[in-house]
Amino acid sequence: MALPQQKQDATEARIAAIAKPAGGVWLTEARNAALSRLRAMGLPHARDEYWKYTRPATLVQPDVPPAAVFELYESAVFHEIDRLQIVFVDGVFDPDASDDLAMAGVEIEPLAQAGAADIHWARELYGVLEANGQSPVERPLAALNTAFAENGVLIRVTGRAEKPVNLSYVQKTENLDVTIHNVVKVEEGADLTLLENGPAASRLNKVLEVEVADGAAFHHVRTQGRAHERRAATHMFARLGKESTFKSFTLTVNGALTRNEAVVEMTGDDAVAHVAGAALGDGATGDFHHDDTVFVTHDAVNCESRQVFKKVLRNGAVGVFQGKILVKDGAQKTDGYQISQSLLLDDDSQFYAKPELEIYADDVACSHGSTSGAIDDEGLFYLRSRGVPKDIATDLMVVAFVAEAIDEIEDEAIAADILGRLEGWLERRRG
Amino acid sequence: MLEIKNLHVKLEEEDKAILNGVDLTVEAGKVHAIMGPNGSGKSTLSYVLSGRDGYEVTDGSAEMDGKDLLELEPEERAAAGLFLAFQYPVEIPGVGNMTFLRTAVNAQRKARGEEEISAADFLKLIREKAKTLKIDADMLKRPVNVGFSGGEKKRNEILQMAILEPKMCILDETDSGLDVDAMKLVAEGVNALRDAGRAFLVITHYQRLLDHIQPDVVHILAGGRIVKTGGPELALEVENNGYADILSEVA
Ligand SMILES: Nc1ncnc2c1ncn2[C@@H]1O[C@H](COP(=O)(O)OP(=O)(O)OP(=O)(O)O)[C@@H](O)[C@H]1O
Ligand SMILES: [Mg+2]
Repeated sequence: MALPQQKQDATEARIAAIAKPAGGVWLTEARNAALSRLRAMGLPHARDEYWKYTRPATLVQPDVPPAAVFELYESAVFHEIDRLQIVFVDGVFDPDASDDLAMAGVEIEPLAQAGAADIHWARELYGVLEANGQSPVERPLAALNTAFAENGVLIRVTGRAEKPVNLSYVQKTENLDVTIHNVVKVEEGADLTLLENGPAASRLNKVLEVEVADGAAFHHVRTQGRAHERRAATHMFARLGKESTFKSFTLTVNGALTRNEAVVEMTGDDAVAHVAGAALGDGATGDFHHDDTVFVTHDAVNCESRQVFKKVLRNGAVGVFQGKILVKDGAQKTDGYQISQSLLLDDDSQFYAKPELEIYADDVACSHGSTSGAIDDEGLFYLRSRGVPKDIATDLMVVAFVAEAIDEIEDEAIAADILGRLEGWLERRRG
Repeated sequence: MLEIKNLHVKLEEEDKAILNGVDLTVEAGKVHAIMGPNGSGKSTLSYVLSGRDGYEVTDGSAEMDGKDLLELEPEERAAAGLFLAFQYPVEIPGVGNMTFLRTAVNAQRKARGEEEISAADFLKLIREKAKTLKIDADMLKRPVNVGFSGGEKKRNEILQMAILEPKMCILDETDSGLDVDAMKLVAEGVNALRDAGRAFLVITHYQRLLDHIQPDVVHILAGGRIVKTGGPELALEVENNGYADILSEVA
């Protein structure tokens, strides 16, 4: 099927603006396949149904919109967590700033290095989960990523990782495209926590492909960087085996445009998948448009999935949630839950939600809810009547509102770090 | 301490007058009680004094220690020493009772230019006060009023009062929903706070509470106005005869 000319032109213009990276056989093959996929789909356009609430133009155009570098005034998030840190500066792996990559039960290799080889274990995942996730809905920016990414890490976990792996993305340059592609394979019965933080770039395209094998567990917690003008399109593709666990949480504060897609496929019985996010935007400090697009497929028996998304929007900030639970024929005893809520702190802010259930099995329990509301005036007055100033009272209620999403983080120290950060940022913003 | 003059209040949203010229003076060291039929405006008076939205003062004034209350934000009134124990304490999911109270204490201290209380000292203080009110530690950890029984909510109000040590305490039907023992605890809590520098305005429907908290003055509020003022015997009269006699007498 031929693409509309406009779409084709936009896609070719973007492709032409990117240098084709060199690599070994396996990676070159994966990149070429992705490029073909991309050309067949074309980059997103404002008229695409899947981009109804988020304008893709600034993510698609060849020119990189600049974003001032956000100066951290405090130590970076996860600083107090004992972790193996891997640093990318302007999207490039920085071995000097990173810890030694050796850890028992975990094999970590930078993509730039692994990609030079002719064969690699990652070939069975790199671009494969992404390609899988292209139907029933197309995600062309992810194919773009697979085709051109030169940086990222390939992680294979064969045991219980003794500490989390933390990918820190430092932005040094004001206008730069960064493409990062990470692949994680958690082998049978193994266990890994992956932390990610930092803005990475003025425009980031990031893909994470995760295979969680039978009985394995993968925990993921990320914060997206507070640079006000940054833009990001991120995709997470996860495939879950039998009795496996996948839990992902994202905290987003600031950012002109963020589109986070999560595509989770449950292929083994008795698996658990939780995808959660808290996003806080204040239009007074710059544009804020945050889009969580989630697609969970149940293709096995007795699996549980949860989507918990909270947004706090003020001064013209915009939030979007598109969340779908697809229960395939035969995926009996599915327990699917989805909640998406926004707290609108004024009349200027907007929240668009499109929750969807598509169910082809008869013995399932699925529920979804989406709400959008103002702060509870009664509660606010109660707090103020005890002497708590209005701004602090509001923030107490904001934190209470997003707590349900933060609660999805299993590790208490990490959850406390996230909560502490959030409280700190709110406090600082109050002045 | 508290001086209300000719206070007229209507709802902001609709043309409904609720208070029609309330005059009331509460001196430091005294306990005043307000009784009155349902819907006479007792809670409205307490809300207007503490600064809740939704009301419009069309005439009159309300001062605390010579300070115009009506132009202050609710938190400023609290920092100045005003406290309202709500008739219906509000549930705030997700906000921990402890966090809330410590934030409140420190915000008030900050507003008054005092030093903040340390986490350790606060814990000691709240444990001690909670114990006297028989509030268990578990309740303190829960979100504000969420899942509290009616009586627990009321006790929580008194706990907050004991910790914040306000000088003008308004209690809006704190006795309703309390069992006999809890009422005694609450009354003891109030009596423990009674001193020359502090005043109470106790709104109640029942003489029972006033057996435990002896009022100096009793007022009857009806139709948005104080229609009668007397001593403790006035409460007994209401208890025995209801409002009919009093209302016909003043009509
Ligand atoms: N926000 C409001 N909207 C509509 N009517 C209101 C509002 N607030 C108060 N009123 C009305 O004003 C009147 C006084 O109410 P208020 O709650 O002050 O009475 P009260 O004396 O405390 O009664 P009770 O003894 O039942 O607690 C009532 O008729 C009530 O319905
Ligand atoms: Mg009342």
